[in-house]
Amino acid sequence: MSRILLKEYLSPNVVQIEIEAPLIARKRKAGHFVIVKIGTEGERIPLTIAKADIDKGSITLIVQKVGVTSHKLASLNVGDEVTDVVGPLGNPTHIEKVGTVLCAGGGVGIAPLLPIVEALHDAGNKVISILAARNKDLLILENEIRSHSDEVIIMTDDGSYGTKGLVTVGMEEVFKNQKIDFCVTIGPAIMMKFTSLVSKKYNVPTMASLNAIMVDGTGMCGACRVSVGGKIKFVCVDGPEFNAFDVDFDELLMRLGGYKNEEEQHYREQLSK
Amino acid sequence: MATDNTSNQKELRDQEWRRELKKSVSAKDRTNIVRVKMPEVDPQERIKSNVEVNSGITAEMAVVEAKRCLDCPDPECIKGCPVGVDIPGFIKCIEAGEFLKAAAAIKKNNVFPSVCGRVCPQEIQCEARCIYTTKLKKEPVAIGYLERFAADYENHSGHISVPEITQRNHVKVAVIGSGPAGLAAAGDLVKYGYDVTVFEALHEFGGVLKYGIPEFRLPNQIIDLEINNLKRMGVTFVKNIIAGRTLTFDDLRQDGFRAFFVGSGAGLPNFMNIPGENFNGVLSSNEYLTRVNLMGAAKKDHDTPVFFGKRVAVIGGGNTAMDSVRTAKRLGAEKAMIIYRRSFTEMPARKEEIRHAQEEGIEFLNLHNPLEYYADEKGHVNRIKLQRMELSDPDASGRRKPVAIPGSEFIIEADLVIVAIGVSPNPLIPQSMPDLHVSKYGTIEVDSEKMESNVSGMFAGGDIVRGGATVILAMGDGRRAAKGIHEYLSRQ
Ligand SMILES: Cc1cc2nc3c(=O)[nH]c(=O)nc-3n(C[C@H](O)[C@H](O)[C@H](O)COP(=O)(O)OP(=O)(O)OC[C@H]3O[C@@H](n4cnc5c(N)ncnc54)[C@H](O)[C@@H]3O)c2cc1C
Ligand code: FES
Repeated sequence: MSRILLKEYLSPNVVQIEIEAPLIARKRKAGHFVIVKIGTEGERIPLTIAKADIDKGSITLIVQKVGVTSHKLASLNVGDEVTDVVGPLGNPTHIEKVGTVLCAGGGVGIAPLLPIVEALHDAGNKVISILAARNKDLLILENEIRSHSDEVIIMTDDGSYGTKGLVTVGMEEVFKNQKIDFCVTIGPAIMMKFTSLVSKKYNVPTMASLNAIMVDGTGMCGACRVSVGGKIKFVCVDGPEFNAFDVDFDELLMRLGGYKNEEEQHYREQLSK
Repeated sequence: MATDNTSNQKELRDQEWRRELKKSVSAKDRTNIVRVKMPEVDPQERIKSNVEVNSGITAEMAVVEAKRCLDCPDPECIKGCPVGVDIPGFIKCIEAGEFLKAAAAIKKNNVFPSVCGRVCPQEIQCEARCIYTTKLKKEPVAIGYLERFAADYENHSGHISVPEITQRNHVKVAVIGSGPAGLAAAGDLVKYGYDVTVFEALHEFGGVLKYGIPEFRLPNQIIDLEINNLKRMGVTFVKNIIAGRTLTFDDLRQDGFRAFFVGSGAGLPNFMNIPGENFNGVLSSNEYLTRVNLMGAAKKDHDTPVFFGKRVAVIGGGNTAMDSVRTAKRLGAEKAMIIYRRSFTEMPARKEEIRHAQEEGIEFLNLHNPLEYYADEKGHVNRIKLQRMELSDPDASGRRKPVAIPGSEFIIEADLVIVAIGVSPNPLIPQSMPDLHVSKYGTIEVDSEKMESNVSGMFAGGDIVRGGATVILAMGDGRRAAKGIHEYLSRQ
């Protein structure tokens, strides 16, 4: 059981929750995630650890309301308990001083990007961050990213904030104007597919963090498998980060939609209760 | 703590009551009794729910069956048991109507008889060595049914014997994983007087017994009862802890743990690496069974989804494959089939499971192998390309290899494919301990007697050491390791 210490909406659909998890807080590194389950009937879902506070013994999770579990989580309040939290899982991000790094995050993908931006900056890299959202209201964590970046570019689909256009447009600008040594991209699978095409065009090594469907998160079931370089990899134990150029994003997109019908039906049933 | 039942057999058999009992019925009359039939729920009925298929034999049936046992002077059955249960001893207690004593006699060597009575492959262990099988050419004494009877009787009697632990030494020992290996180790360690904590990565205890083996073969309530007994004996259980991650072994040492038993099981499911294997609707048996058994995915009020396939193909011929295909049938499959590249003779699943599956209308496509999966426009599997196989002549080791028949490919329809072709050891613990010696298969290397690894104070057993094995072997390992740990800590 993990008690909720703080809860705050970052945008109408994205909620930030700080929970008690002293052991996980001590061990987590950038790139790690936890598996969360709510109630005895709950499902197990992976969530990246966006922040951790060792002194307070807490970790912060950022959740976009998309399905039954994220809604359940968002409906909990300060003082309530999250039934099961286990981690840290996955491999930590490989952090190294390489020079100038471009970090491209989209939507709720900015949450897992934050600890990586922070760690890359702390390691002495020049960090340029591009944050993309559909509109101004949906943009999250801008200030936190700013405080660990040398330069921040904001892109919105409707132009309500920053520059109008997709994240790829911002990336092209950066690539054209300066030498980038490494690129990190996290966001919806469709976004990562296109961002890695751009960085490939400019020959910049790129890492993507994948958001596969998971059950156990410990390598036991294979639900999270993806094709990387033509081989089967398990996102939970082999990832979640992979060389973006090797990832079969079309397959990832297809697998992410695997349970859509089942989920939608269950979701409707839960709502009508 | 385990008693050696092979050396003291004469002494046990020479007890007054055993001799009297033996004289009371002639050997001829004993051998004329027909082996008891396990009462089973009707196949058409049982596929509609998760009801346990084997209902268990009654006390009257058990006493009659126990009479069949000839109380042999040199009982071979004990040698067939991986943990050396005093089989004639407990069976004669049943014949004498002393059911609680029978349970106690089993428990000297086997901590979880209610589990083993249900899932052990007796037909290749104790029952294969029974004199009825080897000499009389009749059906063996139903040792497994009797074991289950005695254990269930005790569980329902309200007189479960929980050993009182008088001397506690306050030395902390950690058990990693709550499968049969971990539970057995914990049970013995706490009896030696240690302060035992079991750490489990998942949100429930029991390992494969919970997330793998379905209710219709092993009800969860039985495992929970065993776990509760361990709690009553003083074992602490902590869930949601991944040893090596949430707590490293250094953390645990700092917390005062002086020795470790790793029973982390065989984790990673294997795939065949054939085209189309990543389509939706193709999943490992671990994923399928975990969704259904651990996550309750088939129940309306549970959040985890599962595919309710109409035409389900399960690849493989082991217990996992049978459990998956029979689960699919219960979840409404119109056609549920096994696709196995060898024949019935080579099938590793228990004979009883195969028979039950056949009764339930499972189809067997033996001597077939999948080559490729195809999907609809949304990426959900809809067809399988199969190939026919034949068995080669036996090679030097006597094994007959399956060989493809050229040009025999054909297509079948399927909307759910479950791959049950084995597992590889979970890498989480070896990854977190670079010094630990592991084999090229990823299993932890231990000496086979004490189950001690090359890292001081670290012992291991069960599937993480053997690859995929059995419940009873995992339990045996756990107990041997407990003894090894006791010797190790006593030396310190
Ligand atoms: C579907 C199925 C059917 C089977 N049927 C039979 C049968 O009929 N008869 C039979 O004898 N055998 C059967 N087996 C095999 C048998 O279940 C296994 O051999 C046995 O369970 C192995 O026991 P174990 O304790 O080594 O591991 P497991 O039962 O796998 O338990 C390991 C536990 O450790 C936990 N764990 C792993 N890593 C960590 C970590 N780092 N920290 C904390 N916890 C961790 C896991 O979550 C798990 O709960 C079957 C197996 C399956 C999958
Ligand atoms: S989530 Fe089960 S193996 Fe990765």
